[in-house]
Amino acid sequence: MEKNIALVLVLAPFFGFLFNVFFGKKAGKTLVGLVGTASVLVSFLSTLFFFSALNANPSQPVVVDLFQWISLEKFNVNFSFLLDQLSVLWLLFVTGIGTLIHLYSISYMHDDENMNKFFAYLNLFVFFMIMLVMGSNLVILFIGWEGVGLCSYLLIGFWYKNQDYNDAAKKAFIMNRIGDLGLLVGLFIVAYVFGSLDYKVISEGAYNTQLVSNNSGLIALAALCLFIGATGKSAQIPLYTWLPDAMAGPTPVSALIHAATMVTAGIFMVTRMHFLFDLAPQILDLIAIVGAATAVLAASIGLVQNDIKKVLAYSTVSQLGLMFLALGLGAYEIAVFHVITHAFFKACLFLGSGSVIHALHGEQDMRNMGGLRKVMPITFWTMMISTLAISGIFPLSGFWSKDEILLTAFHSNIPLWIVGSIASIMTAFYMFRLMYLTFFGEFRGTEEQKHHLHESPALITFPLIVLAILAAVGGLISLPGNSWLNHYLAPLFRKAHEAHHLDATAYALMAVATVGALIGIGIAYSKYIKKQEVPVQDAEMKGFASVLYHKYYVDEAYDVVVVTPLKKLSHFFRNYFEVAFSETVFAFGKIANAIGTQGKVLQNGSVGFYLLAFVIGMASILVYLFLV
Amino acid sequence: MNVSIILIILLFGALATYFAGDKLAKTVALVISLASFVASVAILNQHNAGISSDFIYKWISNPNIYLASKVDGLAIAMMLLTTALTTIIVWSSFANQFKNAKGFYALVLFMSFAMVGTFVSADAFLYYIFWELALIPIYFIALVWGNGDVEERKRAIVKFFIYTLAGSLFMLTAFIYLFSKAGSLLIDELYLLRLTEQEQFWIFGAFFLAYAIKIPIFPFHTWQANTYQLSPSVGTMLLSGIMLKMGLYSVIRWQLPLAPLAAKTYMNIFLVLSIIGVVYGSIVALKQHNLKKLLAYSSLAHVGLIAAGAYTLSLDGLRGAVLQMIAHGFVVVGLFFAAEIIERRLNTQEIAQMGGIRILDTKFASMFMIVMVASVGLPGTFNFIGEFSLLYSLYNVDIWYAVIGGTTIILGAVYMLKMFQNVMLGEANAKPFAAITLQESLVFVIIIAVLLFFGLYPKPINDLITPALQEIVAKINRV
Repeated sequence: MEKNIALVLVLAPFFGFLFNVFFGKKAGKTLVGLVGTASVLVSFLSTLFFFSALNANPSQPVVVDLFQWISLEKFNVNFSFLLDQLSVLWLLFVTGIGTLIHLYSISYMHDDENMNKFFAYLNLFVFFMIMLVMGSNLVILFIGWEGVGLCSYLLIGFWYKNQDYNDAAKKAFIMNRIGDLGLLVGLFIVAYVFGSLDYKVISEGAYNTQLVSNNSGLIALAALCLFIGATGKSAQIPLYTWLPDAMAGPTPVSALIHAATMVTAGIFMVTRMHFLFDLAPQILDLIAIVGAATAVLAASIGLVQNDIKKVLAYSTVSQLGLMFLALGLGAYEIAVFHVITHAFFKACLFLGSGSVIHALHGEQDMRNMGGLRKVMPITFWTMMISTLAISGIFPLSGFWSKDEILLTAFHSNIPLWIVGSIASIMTAFYMFRLMYLTFFGEFRGTEEQKHHLHESPALITFPLIVLAILAAVGGLISLPGNSWLNHYLAPLFRKAHEAHHLDATAYALMAVATVGALIGIGIAYSKYIKKQEVPVQDAEMKGFASVLYHKYYVDEAYDVVVVTPLKKLSHFFRNYFEVAFSETVFAFGKIANAIGTQGKVLQNGSVGFYLLAFVIGMASILVYLFLV
Repeated sequence: MNVSIILIILLFGALATYFAGDKLAKTVALVISLASFVASVAILNQHNAGISSDFIYKWISNPNIYLASKVDGLAIAMMLLTTALTTIIVWSSFANQFKNAKGFYALVLFMSFAMVGTFVSADAFLYYIFWELALIPIYFIALVWGNGDVEERKRAIVKFFIYTLAGSLFMLTAFIYLFSKAGSLLIDELYLLRLTEQEQFWIFGAFFLAYAIKIPIFPFHTWQANTYQLSPSVGTMLLSGIMLKMGLYSVIRWQLPLAPLAAKTYMNIFLVLSIIGVVYGSIVALKQHNLKKLLAYSSLAHVGLIAAGAYTLSLDGLRGAVLQMIAHGFVVVGLFFAAEIIERRLNTQEIAQMGGIRILDTKFASMFMIVMVASVGLPGTFNFIGEFSLLYSLYNVDIWYAVIGGTTIILGAVYMLKMFQNVMLGEANAKPFAAITLQESLVFVIIIAVLLFFGLYPKPINDLITPALQEIVAKINRV
């Protein structure tokens, strides 16, 4: 029974994929959308089954063992699934938000000739994401990990006639693969140390003090390698540059894959392996620092971007940074909490931006927007709620989760708290900048566009409304002092993490954070509402703003440091090494030829010469025999 | 029934194909190769039932030479690979019109005959004959039916022929020496020899020259790219899909167990060379303008990793090597078939003249894409299983081997995705591109089915090869 439901959970999106690939063109767009959405909904409902089962019996996670997959000398890797608190929680929002975004896409992608392909890829993505989350060992996770990467590649480059989009897709895949190599090496170290890749076995090993103290160096190295993997998938320094480019994909993809689900895989993996990371405090410190640095770096770039999706992309990178900050502080539940609230409000924001882009027939530059509040009230209000949430305004979801992160940072390391707070202030600024430029003031687009302005249809606004509600109330799952989430996740962790109680410091910090957010909002208000500023054209940008606008020239730096040398090396190998090796081989041939030619001279037919050679030869042999 | 039935089917099948005439040749060749595959499956069943399929006949009494086979799981796996791929390769060429088709297909079957012979021989003399015999048909296939400029082709193919032949002569010398010590060339008797480390060193080195050129291992690969480029696709597939596995197989069957001391002493040298090949092949592949040459360099990278796995001398490494040989065989045939399909329509191998094909033929694009992601080792495909085991075995020798060898998963993605983008994506080209035919897509479907099935369920192959490999590992560790 449980096994069958688990299989349905995994396979439903896969069947959706198969259907849309093989019958999608003939079935028509309505059926394509329906099957695509329903297959994810089935997974969601199956997840609910496991969720209620787990709630009834928290200490009994479901393990589904299917078959032996990879055999190695010391251990086997099985194809098996684990449905415990963590995976079920992740599945809930992956399939839940997934269903909403599929629904949204029915309308959003309706005019695309390859709508069936779109739904196929989206279904395939959900399938791999489920694998990633549900695997009971790191190698099944790795299937999902690389599989979602492939789907991400396919969906970023969905409009494959445009080679810029294809470049973005390729960049995403390759950047991710750099991380994947780290993850793979991490897997090898874990396998070597613990003799298994199964979560259960590893966790038992991690509590075996003898084993741990004998291998502390390797364990730290493994944690580092796994974290490198996470920096690729979850877009952290130094591998974050693919995510903003990934906005080339259709907007539902940005919402589902590049905001709510796939990019949280790194946080999932670190939480899954928390017992390993707990053994490597120095790596946890590194994670916290990288997370905080990414949060502030990406937020600062987000300050000046003019493409509505780019702002949201940098915001995502920044928010993921905050989650890693929490992980690095050992506050896994808090990171998970922020993953969930972020999934709600960021999915809503992306879908909202899609609604705007849709209304403007593909326009993404906020300099050509403005005044959309009146024509698109639902889009505006849902996005506004989510913007307030991400800015950390009481009592919306982002307030609670971000506050928890900052509070934890404050208690362990003040500089990290400052960096995180700065990132949060920036977030409030750029989000309100986005809202003001898009929805307030006068419309700055063409007359043509102005005529066609309209609110999006119900299939688009419905998911927006649901997500906005969740973004508003999502904080309820983990209120300070009374956290359902911490209680729910407790069986995962050996030592229960104490929920923060509302003491004076907590209130003070909340006040500081709220004031910070209000400052950010205030600056945005004075610039874009009071002074009615519109960001200048690209060419007129000056000073530090230009550096920010060009993303600190990191892409250019990577080009100079990695890409160009690699190309040059390839040229060099091809033009010199290959020729040299080849000529060496021919040289052997020439030597053989030359010896032959010389030999021909010796064979001149003169008997006298042969006799002379014979005598000399005999004499040499005799001399050798007697003298040596 | 013993394994000679397959050799007989292929040898007489080659003759039958020749006498069937140009019109019927390809059909006969397909039937024969399919029959050889079915017979291989029968041998597999017999093996699984615990019945030996070996043969041994006295051939020459002085010197003491036998016609003898050793049909263990490893040999069966290689035999299945050879006969299955020969069938696919023959079928993939059905749309081609060859001049003197009877000669062409007879040579293909003859080559398959020689390769199967190499894989099952248990007498070094017989093995050596098959090994060299396999070279002759591919020489003619490439020279007579190849493409490109005739003079250039002659230069490249003759180089390939002499180069590999020269390498093999060192192996022959080693066998003569071994015969002088053992008085027999039966592999099981050679395994019993107690050679000094000095002797093993020379024998290992002589084998290495033969195998390194055949596989090829860096820097002995210079024949490869040009030969792949200038051969007809059938020839390229035979070379890359099966023939280079003769070298890898021989490392496992002959080189390592016959000279285990030398293998252990010098393994790092060979690991380093193999891994250099992985990185070097990947980097050179980045800047190739010719599709078949690009695939040739990617093949250099992939076999480098396989060879590295074998030289770890561990069960994981050897098993990964054999799994990856099989996976690579299918994937590389699929890739070269994709190149062939494009060449049939656009009449070029130059990547710059391609592009925009996906718009014109999405079905072909999807199938090419699946084969491509298999070749970069995406989990869920057969190639991942091999790559995972290989890299893990390298990790167990030294973490840096795994890291540097592992760059193949990054660089492989770089050159493959770049190739795919330039060949398939972008705006539609002005040139017409006829949709892929049913027959062509079925070839892909078979290849893809194999790659995905064993990607999820490699157990049958695992169970087949593991006992044989355990035996070999035991022989390597006997000293």
